[in-house]
Amino acid sequence: MSAPEIVQAAGGYGLVGLGVGLLAVAALGLIRFPDAYSRLSAVTKAATLGLCLTLLGVLVLEPSWANAVKVLLAVALQFVTSPVGGFALGRAAYRSGSPLSPGSSYDELGGRHSAQDGGAGGDDPSRL
Amino acid sequence: MIVVDVALVVLALALLPAVWRIAVGPSDADRALSADHVFFVFLAVAGLLSVRLQDSVFLDVVLVGTLVGFLATITLARLVDRGPS
Repeated sequence: MSAPEIVQAAGGYGLVGLGVGLLAVAALGLIRFPDAYSRLSAVTKAATLGLCLTLLGVLVLEPSWANAVKVLLAVALQFVTSPVGGFALGRAAYRSGSPLSPGSSYDELGGRHSAQDGGAGGDDPSRL
Repeated sequence: MIVVDVALVVLALALLPAVWRIAVGPSDADRALSADHVFFVFLAVAGLLSVRLQDSVFLDVVLVGTLVGFLATITLARLVDRGPS
């Protein structure tokens, strides 16, 4: 193997390892965290960055223009859509009355949101 | 290539906590976010399979999967919102 190939393999496998490690940490967070909101934080953040790093590693390992277009488009879409999806899930969790962990110090909404909208109800189409 | 094999095994193991959380999860929100996690892991597996099998068709799967995954997440969020708590 020539020097550029070694650098390519090391970079690609390093990115893949980092990304898969982050996904594994997100899985660990699913087990260990006490309530739905902290689990959501673990999954959304770690899995977004983990998936993007994994895909970039795949691109480094298999470089071509066609792959670059597909992978970079997928990474960009993931970075844009995943936080929105996480936000929507967290909002739905709070509105459906998912309990906070007993260790939480603050509940800034104070149950106001679910009381005002009747918990899981609310057919107002302007609300997600 | 051994790195990719190990990564695929680690990803397979990372699915088990999500299955467990879907089974026991105290609220529907836990089940929804576990499904989200399963989808992320699936996309990573598809990306790694394109390296393992030397077939770039899997990258198309990843590209379509990111779009469908977002729609699935939003739909699950609405279901959690409207469903019985």
